[in-house]
Amino acid sequence: MNTIESIQNEIVEEFSLFEDWMQRYEYMIELGKSLPLIDEKYKTEDHIIKGCQSKVWIHADLEEDQLKFTADSDAIITKGIIALLIRVFSNQHPKDILEANTDFIDKIGLKEHLSPTRANGLVSMIKQIKMYAVAFQTQLN
Amino acid sequence: MIDVKKIRKDFPILFRKVNGQDLVYFDNAATSQTPQQVIDVIVDYYSRLNSNIHRGVHKLSQEATEAYEQARIKIQKHFNAAQAYEIILTAGTTESINLIASGYSTLLGAEDELIISALEHHSNIVPWQMLCEKTGAQLKVIPMTLEGTLDMGAFETLLSSKTKLVFVNHVSNALGTINPIETIISKAHAVGAKVLIDGAQACPHIKPDVQALDVDFYVTSAHKLCGPTGVGMLYGKSELLKALPPYQGGGEMIATVTFEKTTYAELPHKFEAGTPNIAGGIAFGAAIDYMNSVGFDNIANYEAELLHYATTELKKIEGMKIYGESLNKTAVLSFNVAAIHPYDLGSILDQMGIAVRTGHHCAQPIMDFFKIPGTVRASFSFYNTFEEIDRLVEGVRKAVVMLQ
Repeated sequence: MNTIESIQNEIVEEFSLFEDWMQRYEYMIELGKSLPLIDEKYKTEDHIIKGCQSKVWIHADLEEDQLKFTADSDAIITKGIIALLIRVFSNQHPKDILEANTDFIDKIGLKEHLSPTRANGLVSMIKQIKMYAVAFQTQLN
Repeated sequence: MIDVKKIRKDFPILFRKVNGQDLVYFDNAATSQTPQQVIDVIVDYYSRLNSNIHRGVHKLSQEATEAYEQARIKIQKHFNAAQAYEIILTAGTTESINLIASGYSTLLGAEDELIISALEHHSNIVPWQMLCEKTGAQLKVIPMTLEGTLDMGAFETLLSSKTKLVFVNHVSNALGTINPIETIISKAHAVGAKVLIDGAQACPHIKPDVQALDVDFYVTSAHKLCGPTGVGMLYGKSELLKALPPYQGGGEMIATVTFEKTTYAELPHKFEAGTPNIAGGIAFGAAIDYMNSVGFDNIANYEAELLHYATTELKKIEGMKIYGESLNKTAVLSFNVAAIHPYDLGSILDQMGIAVRTGHHCAQPIMDFFKIPGTVRASFSFYNTFEEIDRLVEGVRKAVVMLQ
């Protein structure tokens, strides 16, 4: 099984192969296109993550003891960022999600290449993912 | 004529690199860049004059006071105010508007009406909503057309003897539309209403004459016209300013203070409580000198050419939609390409060293009107070049390929 840490290391390695930020953006745009899309019925006001300049919705389902995330955004680069997060945190146990650190974001230099509002949005997305983990962890106990 | 090569040498920031590339600065409507001549004035102030004004008996204070008051006179002359004391130096446009809104909260009642326009920046909406909450007065809105201009027929139907105040921006920050403020002022005056014009977006491009306009209040910020941030002005007709209560209490704004009663200072000090942004005020004056040395006719002509070129070239891109197509506009281009999110487009342009603004531009009602999340806004200044516009157009083309 791929642990959160091994997936994060994979991403860090992938990002180190790119020569410039334009290529990283191109990659994120591609990732955005492969994002597992949220069911339209969850694209409601209360699923919107506050703190993003573009609209972002994230939903989580528990299958067996793993969380499966789906999401969407009206901006493609934002979709790419969520896709990265989902790749790390989907199909993981809520407990592992809660314990995971997120320093891969700093390692790939993502934050410094995002505008301050987008970086805030990124923090809000991670917070939301962890909130889902808390909620389902309680359910599992 | 503008010698843009020579002018650019005045702006050190234009030579820095962003993301490894030469900076293209097209966010001038958010803030303009600062020429060395203005930077030098700030450095000189702190190197030679720094002291508190209007109260010291010593030489430094006298010289700083003199420089600050000279700046006020420069501003007065630039806007052609009748008196220097009609120029109140504030922290900027937003504070100037709040000062008036606060003052009128004691003068309005539930039967009164205020009119704003659909093209306003949030700073010219929210203070008036707050004023209406306090006083019970009604807020009416002049609607806009699809071209991004004001519906002047609708404006006339909103006017009545109940109208006390009208607030309109001279130029829309989101779309660049130049509003027909002469007509608005004369029609508002005909029903006895007073008019405040938000000139923040106009002053980098236009030299307003407050007496010829017969405007009651005119506000702007220094940083939009090559001055520093944190300083701006409120022009008001003296009899109107005298009738308003002070905005903030403190030092500088008093004549005498006892625990029984304080009497307020005369204009402009009545509205300038506390130690002001002295270096900022002096630099505001220097910025006005700089702009006038370039010349507003030259600025207007050159920027019109830049706008025309950018509009023509950008329109060649498939899916390009420009918002704000008034024939009378400043050098602002607000646009989207097909269904691409403005934030995505802006992020890619940033990677290419091109600074634009994305989002709702603090004018959410305008975005709601067009049913869009926001736009990309490129706003030009007299120090921008045609080559920079080529880079923008090329950048947008590349970004569109990436994002579609």
